[in-house]
Formats: sequence, C-alpha cells, structure tokens
Amino acid sequence: MHPVRRRRLVLVLFVLVVSSAGVGLAVYALRQNLNLFYTPSQVVRGEAPADTRIRVGGMVVRGSLERAADSLAVRFRLTDGDQELWVRHEGMLPDLFAEGEAAVAAGRLRAGPLLEADQVLAKHDENYTPPEVAEAMQAGHEARAAREAGEAGTP
Amino acid sequence: MNPQFDSLAEFAAMGGHGAYVWGVYGVAAVVMAWLVARPLRRRAQLLAALRSRRESR
Amino acid sequence: MARSGAFWQRLHRWASPPGFYRLSGRWVPWLAAASLALLALGLVWGLLYAPPDARQGNSYRIIYLHVPASFLALAGYYVMAVAGAIHLIWRVKLADMLMSAAAPLGAALTFLALFSGSLWGKPTWGTYWVWDARITSMLVLLFLYLGVMALRQAYASRETAGRACAVLALVGTVNIPIIYKSVDWWYSLHQPATIRLTAAPSMHPDMFKPLLVMIVAFYLFYAWVLILNTRAEILSRERRAAWVRELAEEDVT
Repeated sequence: MHPVRRRRLVLVLFVLVVSSAGVGLAVYALRQNLNLFYTPSQVVRGEAPADTRIRVGGMVVRGSLERAADSLAVRFRLTDGDQELWVRHEGMLPDLFAEGEAAVAAGRLRAGPLLEADQVLAKHDENYTPPEVAEAMQAGHEARAAREAGEAGTP
Repeated sequence: MNPQFDSLAEFAAMGGHGAYVWGVYGVAAVVMAWLVARPLRRRAQLLAALRSRRESR
Repeated sequence: MARSGAFWQRLHRWASPPGFYRLSGRWVPWLAAASLALLALGLVWGLLYAPPDARQGNSYRIIYLHVPASFLALAGYYVMAVAGAIHLIWRVKLADMLMSAAAPLGAALTFLALFSGSLWGKPTWGTYWVWDARITSMLVLLFLYLGVMALRQAYASRETAGRACAVLALVGTVNIPIIYKSVDWWYSLHQPATIRLTAAPSMHPDMFKPLLVMIVAFYLFYAWVLILNTRAEILSRERRAAWVRELAEEDVT
C-alpha cells in the first residue's frame, strides 16, 4: 500500500481504538447506573438508595396481587427468585401486567422494605406465539417460567 | 391460511390497539414516501436548472 | 496479473461518479419493483394473516415495522462509517457521496425505529418512553446521524466537511455494539433479541415468515433510496461536468 494511504489507515484505526477504549471505560465506570432497575435482592441487601426514586424489577409472585375494593390501589410482591419485595401502587396497570410475569416498578422505598410505586411497567419477553399454540404449550410454559425465575436470581 | 379479522372494522380496531398500530404504519408510510420523493425531486430540479441555464444563454 | 488489472480497471470505472450513475440507473427500477412488492407482501401477511400474539394481542404487529427499521438503522450506520473510512484512506469521491447519502436515510430509519418502539411501548410496557440502555443508545444513534448531517453543512469546503464527517462517523461506530448488547449487559425494559444468528428465532414460524419478508424488503428499500440519494448527490456535485450537461439535454421529460 502507498505509504500515505497506510498512514491514513493507521490514523483511522487509531481513531477507532481510542474512541472505543474511551467509551468502554466510561461504560465500565457507569455500569451500575446503566441498569434500568434494582433487583429485590439488591434492595433487601440495602444496595438501593432509600431517599430517591428508584426502579425495582422482577417477577410478580403468583397469588400475591391484592386489589383494594374501593380504589385503584394494588399490592403485590416482586421476586428475583431469591428475595421478595412488596410493592404498593395506586393507579392503572399496563395490559400485560400479570402474576408470574416480569414487571418494573418505580417509586420510593419505605420501611419494611416496601416500594411505594408511582409507576408500574410490564416487561415482556422475546417470545411470540399464537394463542392456540400458547394454550397447548401452557404446561411447558409454566415449567420454563419457573426455571427463568430461578435464573434471574443469580446476579 | 385465513385472514385473522372477520370485518374491516375489526381490522381497523386491531383488538383495541388500532391507534398504536395504524399510527406506526401511517407515519412510516409518510416517512418512506418522503425518502423516495426527496432525491427524485432533487434530481429533477437539478436537471431542470441545467436546462434553463442552457436556454437562457 | 492481467486479470487483476482488468478488475481494478473495472472497479475504477465503477467508482467514478459518471460510471456509477450509469450503472446504478439500470438497477433502480428493479430495486424499486422488488422492494415495493415485498413491502406489500410483508404488510398484508403481517397485518392481516399472521396470528395475533397470545399475550400482546394485535399490538405486536408493530414488530413488522419496528424490527426491520431498527436493523437498517444499524446496518446503515456501518455503510456510512465504512464509506467514511474509504474516503479518508483512498480519497474516493464516490465514497464521500455515499456517506452523505446514507446520513439522512439512516436518521429517518432510526426515527422510525424509535417512534414505532414508543407507540408499541405504551400498550405493552405501559409507557411511551423510558431511559433504558437500549432506547437511550438508539437515541444516541439518531443524534450521530443528525450530527453527521449538521457537520456537513458547517464547513464551506467540501473536502474538509467530508473528512470531518468521516471521523465523526468512525468515532460513532462504538455505539453500535453497545446498542446490540445493551439488553444483555444491563437490566433493561427492552426484551432481548428474538432473531439470533446462533439459535432458532423465539417466534412462531407463522409470525416469523412475514417478519423475514419485511426485513428483506427493508434491505432492498434501503439500497433503492441509498442509490437514489447518491445519484442526486452525484448530479449536484458534478453539475458543471460535460456529461451531466449532456444528460440534462437527453432527459427532456
């Protein structure tokens, strides 16, 4: 290759390497802050700040959802397979919110610990299935959901 | 294979999510039509400008 | 030796703006017809014939636009960055024209990916927007495309502008693997990839086939518009050249 072009090629590679290294370091330093949410285990271990708005994500524990009779208030437990955390929320829940499915709740921690959530988001997975197939696979699906809940518990 | 919707109204409603689904496809249609039209118009304008310059000389 | 010489000669003719203009003119009708036909097929299949999702119902049909637009927003960045590198190293004029053709196209597709994701997020997640790693890195991609477009306007000299844009595009490639891996590296609201190179897609075949059609259609659409943009850019930059003036005479339509 022509020496001038070789020098330009080296320059291009240099720009790529230096910028990747810079961004890589920044991302590494910020890695905790780039997580959208804390897990219930992290909250129980006291790793989540108590005096600010945080998000907690996990699986909604089956049978834990309680709705108030006279208002939109709800209570449910989030689990990561290890620890569980109570969440209290007053307001609408998204269509995909359901027991045994993943959700992310945002709000402030109260003693208990309990999360006083002002927003509850449903997190869905990457699987897409027609309704008939889903019904047919129900048994297998539940077994997998249990297994996934177990995996989510390991950090 | 059969259509999943029995009527046009059902197709438009998308099971209650019509506003989201059709909003996405409507905006996409406009943006993609604009993407195609933009270079064609630019090319036509350039060629027209070149021709008119030639004629005025 | 003689054969490789002929290859370089052909490549050279190809990479010359008039050569590319003439050659690409033959592809444009085919690309246009193929992408429009596949878009129509994919849309009817995906919107009307594909079964609804067991949990999301019909709102999941947004995937038939969201995933192809996101794919091309990312692939288009590689096109822009590679063209920039070629321009920086070999000073190929056509590469610079391709780069300036790729920026607005990539920006529009990134906008569509973000917009469709936002309208999909409302019924499924319960929010239009969340500062999640995937979504935020995608927003950075939009700003990179817009930055390359703005930088080109900022310089009076085309040479300097082309080089500055190429450097910005190259620096920005760091963002691409971050977008891809963001859902695996961090806890995020966005679900992981449905389509993987190493495993079967986690989507029923009846839903996946129209998605595949739409992805191919978007690749063809991208190639079509990229070539249209490049052709317009060639005409604009070479308007004083004799071959363009001849073209203007011929093209009295």
